[in-house]
Amino acid sequence: MMSKVRRKQIMEALSSNKRTDDRGLEDVRNIEIRCGIVPNADGSAEVRLGKTLTIAGVKMNIGVPFPDTPDMGVLIVNAEFLPIASPTFEPGPPDENAIELARVIDRGLRRSEMVDLKQLCIIPGKAVWEIWVDIHALNHDGNLMDASAMASVAALLTATLPKAAVNDKGEVTLDKSARQKLPIKGVPATITVAKVGDKLLIDPCLDEEEIADAFLTMTFIGDKTCSIQKRGEKALSIEETLRCVNIARKKVEELVNAVKEATGYGKN
Amino acid sequence: MEAKNLALISPEGLRIDGRKPDEIRDIKMTVGVLENADGSAYVEQGNTKVYAAVYGPREVHPRHLASPDKAVIRCRYHMTPFSVEERKSPAPSRREIELSKVIREALTPAILLEQFPFTVIDVFVEIINADGSTRCASIIAASLALASAGIPMRDLVAACSVGKVNGVLVLDVTDTEDKHGEVDMPLAMMPNRNEVTLLQLDGVLSVEELEKAIAMVSKACRDIYERQKNALKAKYLEARKVN
Amino acid sequence: MVPGELLAEGDYGVGSYTYRENGRIYSITIGIVEYKKGVIRVVPLQGPYIPKVGDVVIGIVTDFLPTAYVLDINSHYKAVLQASEFVPPRKSVLTEDLAKYLDIGETMVCKVAKFDKYSDALLTCRDKDLGRLIDGRLIKINPAKIPRLIGRKGSMVNLIKKETGCKIIVGQNGYIWIKGKEPKLEDLAEKAIRKVEQEAHTSGLTQQIQSMLQVEKGG
Repeated sequence: MMSKVRRKQIMEALSSNKRTDDRGLEDVRNIEIRCGIVPNADGSAEVRLGKTLTIAGVKMNIGVPFPDTPDMGVLIVNAEFLPIASPTFEPGPPDENAIELARVIDRGLRRSEMVDLKQLCIIPGKAVWEIWVDIHALNHDGNLMDASAMASVAALLTATLPKAAVNDKGEVTLDKSARQKLPIKGVPATITVAKVGDKLLIDPCLDEEEIADAFLTMTFIGDKTCSIQKRGEKALSIEETLRCVNIARKKVEELVNAVKEATGYGKN
Repeated sequence: MEAKNLALISPEGLRIDGRKPDEIRDIKMTVGVLENADGSAYVEQGNTKVYAAVYGPREVHPRHLASPDKAVIRCRYHMTPFSVEERKSPAPSRREIELSKVIREALTPAILLEQFPFTVIDVFVEIINADGSTRCASIIAASLALASAGIPMRDLVAACSVGKVNGVLVLDVTDTEDKHGEVDMPLAMMPNRNEVTLLQLDGVLSVEELEKAIAMVSKACRDIYERQKNALKAKYLEARKVN
Repeated sequence: MVPGELLAEGDYGVGSYTYRENGRIYSITIGIVEYKKGVIRVVPLQGPYIPKVGDVVIGIVTDFLPTAYVLDINSHYKAVLQASEFVPPRKSVLTEDLAKYLDIGETMVCKVAKFDKYSDALLTCRDKDLGRLIDGRLIKINPAKIPRLIGRKGSMVNLIKKETGCKIIVGQNGYIWIKGKEPKLEDLAEKAIRKVEQEAHTSGLTQQIQSMLQVEKGG
């Protein structure tokens, strides 16, 4: 339970469009992205957003396509909020918050068509690449959503997979010495706008999250939205909802550039 | 996604079930259908069929889940195994867990929770048959069930989905339109207050299209809201005219 | 009225089951609107029993606390009845076996002595006509229909008592106790009460109940 004094301090700062850590309403905390930190993973990235720390790992294997998309690879996102990250997280299977986060990030990645899943088909209807993105929260100080989305994107951008071929017997063979990057069509960005009192702000820290009325998480690909999720126990007016979209839209470039810089994507 | 080229809009601009783009399916709403529940409702929206029941306010078990300043809401969205084309395992899927959460959050803003500290209000939704927009039908039904349980509410919550098929924005998306269309966007709101309580977008829209879609679906919510009011009045108030 | 429906605009008092926002008054429940002395309120047609100090309620003993009994009063709040009301003063409530005085399942007529929404309701049996019920029958109706069952100055329940000769205690919480000379008369009283519950919102109900009771008694 947050003390009334802390709540008052946050609200007072917000009333003059400031945050208690001196940020403006539309400022993101310091972003640090480290890629390729897990040698055993096919791709990995750790994202630090202020004091929030989260890691995403990519593992790939040959699997069977979904019956309704026989010529497309499979992308699966899973998230774990483990007790290591917060005194409020408990061991056990993912709770509704972890499941929601994974599914929102999954929709963002899928609908942005960031990874060209068609190119990940090896034998239509039989063998395709399965990409597993596993997100683990390591330190929760708010906005795990945006941090985890960024980590997932960075991990996918830097992931490599062995070259797959089909031999005369119709079997899939892998050439592990010839690894290549995933086929990437674009870089999405996920931005959460929180409503605290009558203010709209981005990248909420944990204390701000705790007193926020509602959140709007949006994934953009270019200047288009491809996934939205309203969260939280209170409502947003229609006008506020549209204001959230416009606040987030202005931040897309900044976040995409941060990821591109850290991953070297688009340089070669 | 294979069948993206499926013609979902006819040359005359009609949808596969003959509806106009801005037309919702017939909705049947009945209040007070399950005797044991404190409040209940049945909603039939085309072939999407949903029961909702409310139990509470009642004591919370386990006790530590109780909140000292307000009632706690629990919501369970569940699909019967026979509600979809291929039998679904009755164990809750990740999708059902997420939908339970967003439906709960769609209803919570409407309820005056502070009136019942230390208690729980349980909302149960069973999908009997799924043909698209099940979460919207669930919210319509759950909101009616809450009101019929006498739970104090700021407003009813209405919901509707908007989709994009063959490049056209359409209201109240069916299963086929969801599977083969480009976009599905459910929205729930408290129409009297003009406030959004659920918004999910799954698919690509420009910001201009998004604004148009929200305007379109909020208009539909107002229409559904009127029907919700009528369903409640039919149950509780119209009977006054007897004799 | 249904939740969220606009009741009035302007300078009215905000009564029960309503709220004001931006100068407008809305209903928060399903009910009938009433304007009285500049105050707008909604009389609910449905809803849980919320204890009120002074209410006569009927409760069932469900548990023991160290020095009190816990009663189910058909509410989302538990009710507590102090054991000291039953254990003689020369004995200690702390050491006595409370089940000796009131057992689980006992049906009690009580009055609400203290209640706020943050804690259990405190009941008392220290008043006339309160205490244990040992026979008759107990039925449960929707608590929101109790005012209609009682009627104006008790007119409805008195009518049922008079026509059936039954003793009836109406708990504000929806529990009703009936005791008649023979089961048939209790059946009749119960039938009348159920009819009131079902048709609480129709006008001319007292008349209908009266003729129903007279016809059924005659037959």
